[in-house]
Amino acid sequence: MSRVALRPTRGIPPLAWSALGAAALLAVPILIRYGAPGSERYYLHILIQILIWSFIYTGWSLMGRFGLTSLGHGAFTGIGAYTTVLLWNVAGLSPWLGIPVGIGLATAAALLVAYPCFSLRITGHYFALMTLALTEFVRLCIVGWRDYTGGSLGTQPQRAPGGVSITALQFEPDRVLSYYIALALWALGLWMWLRVDRSMDRYALDAASQDEEAAASVGVDVTREKLKITGLSAAMCALGGAVYGQYQMYIGPDTIAGLGVSLNIVFGTIAGGLSVLLGPTVGAVFTQLLSEVLRVAVQGSGLTAQLGSAALALDTAIYGALLIFFIIYMPKGILGTILEARRRRRAGAP
Amino acid sequence: MDCQLDIFFLEAILNGVLLAGLLALLALGLNLVFGVIDVVWICYAELVMIGMYAIFYAYTGGVPFPLAALLGILAVAATGALLHWVVIRPVLDQPPINQLLVTGGVLFFLQAVATMAFGIEFRSLGIRLGSTGFADMTFAWSRILAFVVALAGMLALWIFLSRTFLGTAIRAIAQDRQIMPLMGVDASRIYLVTSAVGGGLAGLGAVLMVLQYDIYPQIGLQFGPLIFMICVLGGLGSMAGGFVAAFLISQFIAVGGSCMATEWGYAVAFLFFMVAIFIRPQGLFGVRG
Amino acid sequence: MLELSGISAGYAGAQTLFDLSMRVEAGEAVAVIGANGAGKTTLLRVISGMLPARSGSMTMDGVSLRDSPPHRIVETGIAHVPESRRLFPRLSVESNLKMGAFIPAARARFRERLDYVYGLFPRLKERRSQLAGTMSGGEQQMCAIGRALMSGPKLVLLDEPSMGLAPVVVQQVFDLVRRIRQEGYTVLIVEQNVRQVLKVADRGYLIEVGRIRAGGTAAELLASDAVRDAYMGI
Ligand SMILES: Nc1ncnc2c1ncn2[C@@H]1O[C@H](COP(=O)(O)OP(=O)(O)OP(=O)(O)O)[C@@H](O)[C@H]1O
Ligand SMILES: [Mg+2]
Repeated sequence: MSRVALRPTRGIPPLAWSALGAAALLAVPILIRYGAPGSERYYLHILIQILIWSFIYTGWSLMGRFGLTSLGHGAFTGIGAYTTVLLWNVAGLSPWLGIPVGIGLATAAALLVAYPCFSLRITGHYFALMTLALTEFVRLCIVGWRDYTGGSLGTQPQRAPGGVSITALQFEPDRVLSYYIALALWALGLWMWLRVDRSMDRYALDAASQDEEAAASVGVDVTREKLKITGLSAAMCALGGAVYGQYQMYIGPDTIAGLGVSLNIVFGTIAGGLSVLLGPTVGAVFTQLLSEVLRVAVQGSGLTAQLGSAALALDTAIYGALLIFFIIYMPKGILGTILEARRRRRAGAP
Repeated sequence: MDCQLDIFFLEAILNGVLLAGLLALLALGLNLVFGVIDVVWICYAELVMIGMYAIFYAYTGGVPFPLAALLGILAVAATGALLHWVVIRPVLDQPPINQLLVTGGVLFFLQAVATMAFGIEFRSLGIRLGSTGFADMTFAWSRILAFVVALAGMLALWIFLSRTFLGTAIRAIAQDRQIMPLMGVDASRIYLVTSAVGGGLAGLGAVLMVLQYDIYPQIGLQFGPLIFMICVLGGLGSMAGGFVAAFLISQFIAVGGSCMATEWGYAVAFLFFMVAIFIRPQGLFGVRG
Repeated sequence: MLELSGISAGYAGAQTLFDLSMRVEAGEAVAVIGANGAGKTTLLRVISGMLPARSGSMTMDGVSLRDSPPHRIVETGIAHVPESRRLFPRLSVESNLKMGAFIPAARARFRERLDYVYGLFPRLKERRSQLAGTMSGGEQQMCAIGRALMSGPKLVLLDEPSMGLAPVVVQQVFDLVRRIRQEGYTVLIVEQNVRQVLKVADRGYLIEVGRIRAGGTAAELLASDAVRDAYMGI
C-alpha cells in the first residue's frame, strides 16, 4: 500500500476567483460589442472554437491524466458529429435525439475497444496504437460511406429554414447564442472534471495508474474503474464533436475525425497541462490562438503572394515545431509549469 | 460486392503478397527503432514521404535513377539520425506519452514543410516499368521489383544484425539497457546508428514506393497507421512477427480492395487487427512483459 | 593496480558509501564481504562507472577513472560481472560473448579471445548457439564470466557469483573463480558466502553500512571477531 501515494490535486482556483471569472466570461459578448464593433463575429468565433475544443480536451484529460493515452478520441468526436448530422440529413431525426444516439455509439465503441484492452492489461504504447486503430477504422468507414457522408470532402447538416432553429439545434447564425452554448458546454466539462476529481474513483484510478497490481491487491476493480472513466471521456468527446459540427455547419473526416484530430486533442491537453483543472482550457487557448495568429500573420505578411498556396502550410509547420519545442522544454505544459514554479517559490520563501 | 473465386481473386492474393514485402520492410524499420530506443516514431511514414520527394527531385533534376535512389536512402537515413538527435534524445527521460507526441509534432511539421516546399500537387516520377502476366493475370514489374528488393533489404538487415558487432549490440540493447556500459557500449551512439538504419529502411521503402505511387505531402497518412498496426500485430519489437503480420494485413487490403472500394479493404484490415489483438494481446510473436 | 581513496557515492536521496578507501594489487584476489544492503554492489558499480562517485579519487594503474564515461572504463582493463549475471537472455551464448568483446581492442582479437574462453570453459562451446536465458544457473554464471573475459581485462569484478545457485553448483562457481585466478587475472569479488570466498581470496574487506569496518588477509579476517560473530554464524 505504501507504494501507492496519492497525489494532491493542484490548480483549482479558489471560489472568489471562480465567481469573478464566471462573471467576466458571461460579460464577454457585451465587452466585445463595445470593444471591437465590426469584428464582433470574428472574435466570438474564435472564443467559441476555444470553448468547444476546451471541452473536448477536458474530456480527453479525464482519462489521459491516469496514464490512459488514447489516440482514439478523434474517432469519438467523429462518431458524435457524423451520427448527429447523418440522422438529421438522412432520417430527419432532430439532433436532440441524434446527439444522444451519437454519444451512445461513441461510448459503445470506446467500451468495446477498451474492455479487452483493460482486462488484458494492454497499456502504454500498445494502448495508444490500439486506439489509433479505432480512429483509423472510423475514418475509413466515414470515407467509405461516401454516398451519405460525402467521403473525404465532408458534408453539411441541411439548414433548417429561418437560420436559427431549436428543433434542428442550429444556432450558428447567432454568434452570441452560440457563445453561450459553447460556454455552457465548457462549464459542463469543468464540472465533470471536478466531480471525477473529488470522487473515490479518482483515488482508485490514481492508484491504478501508479501500480496496477498494488491497486488490485487493495481491492480496486481496476478494469471497471478504467472503463467508467473511458466511457465518460468518450461520451464527452462525442458531445463536443456533435456541437462542433452543429456550430461549424460542416463536418469532414479530417476536421472532426481521424489521427490528426486525435493528435491535436492530445497535444492541446499536454501543452496546457495534463492534471490541472484548467490545463486543457489553457491548451485550447494556446493552440487555437496560435494557429489563428499564425494564419493571420502568414496571410498578412505578403508571403502568400510569393509562396502561393504553399504559404497556407507555414502556420502548420510553425505549429508543429512549437509543439515539439513545448514537449521538450515544458513537459508539464504551460499551466503545470506555472503552478509548479509558483509552488517552488512559495516553498522557497520562509 | 462482386467477389468470385476466379483468376482475378488469385491475382488479388498474389498482389497482396507483393505488397506485403514493402509493408514488412517498413514495419521492420519502425520495429527496429522501437525495440532499441523504446519510442514509436509516429512520423515514420512521413520520413518515407521525404525520401520520395528527394528521389523525385534528384531524378527529375537529371540524376540517374539508381543514384537518385541511393541519395534518397542516405537522405532519409540522415533525417532519421537528425530526428533522434534533435527531438528524441531530449525526451528520453520523459513519460512515453510525451515521446509519442513529440514524434506526432514532427509528423505535422514534416507534412507542412513538404506542402510548402513541394506544393500540394500529385507528382509522378514518370518511370513506367510495364507489367508481365501469366494465365489471365497481370503483375506490374514495379511491384515485383519492390517485393524482391524489400526481401533483399530485410535479408541484408538480418545479416547486419546477426553478424556484426554493432548489429549484435543493437539486438542486445533491447534486452538489457542498463548494463550496456559494462560491455563498453555507448548507448547514445547505438541509438543514433539505429535511428539512421531505421531511416535508411524508410528510404529504401521510399525508393520502392516512388516507382508505384504518386507523391503528395499527405501520402504518409495513407499507410502510416497501417505500419503501426503491422508492428503491433506482429508484436512490437519482434521482427519475425512483423513479417507475418504484413502478409496477413496486406491480404485484407489487396483482396478486400479488389472486391470493394479501397477504404473498405483497409477498414476490414483494421477491424481484423483489433480482433486479433484481443485474441493475442502480445502480438503474433511478441514476448509478454 | 586499482586504488580508491575517500570515495563517497549514493542514489537519489540516500548516501550509500562513505569515505571509502581500498586498493587491489596486480595478481591479487580481494574479497568484499558484508551484510545485505551494506553497499557492496554499489562499490562495484562505482568502480565500473555505472554509478558516478560523488567525491574521492579512483585510479586504475595510475590513471584516474573518475573522468571517464562509463563505457570507456572497460577499456582500462576492468570487466564487471554484475549481480545476478545479467546475460542477454534472448541472444545466443556466442552472441553474449561477442558483446563482451565489443571494445575495439578486443574486437580486433575476437577469434583468439573466443577460442581462449571456449578453451577455458568447454561447456560454453557445446552451448554456443543456445539462447543464454535457457541455460542453467551455473552455466549462465560461466557465460557471464566468459563474457567479461572476452574484453581481455586485467581486473575482474565479480558480484555475488554464487547467488541463487544450489550448493553443488556454488562449489563449481568457486572453482571457476580459482581457475581465472590461475589464469593470472586480478579479482575483486563480492560475496555473502564468507567462508568460501575467504578460501579463494588473499585479502578481504568487511563493509558495514557503506564504511570499511575491517580489512586484512583472509586468515586474519576469518579469525577476527567482527567477521566470526556477524557472518560465520557459528
Ligand atoms: N538503484 C537504487 N536506488 C536507490 N537506492 C539503492 C539502489 N540500489 C541500491 N540502493 C540502496 O543502497 C544501499 C546499498 O545497496 P547495495 O546493493 O550496494 O547493497 P549490497 O551490499 O550489494 O547488498 P546485497 O548483499 O543485498 O546485494 C541499500 O540501502 C540499497 O537500498
Ligand atoms: Mg549486492
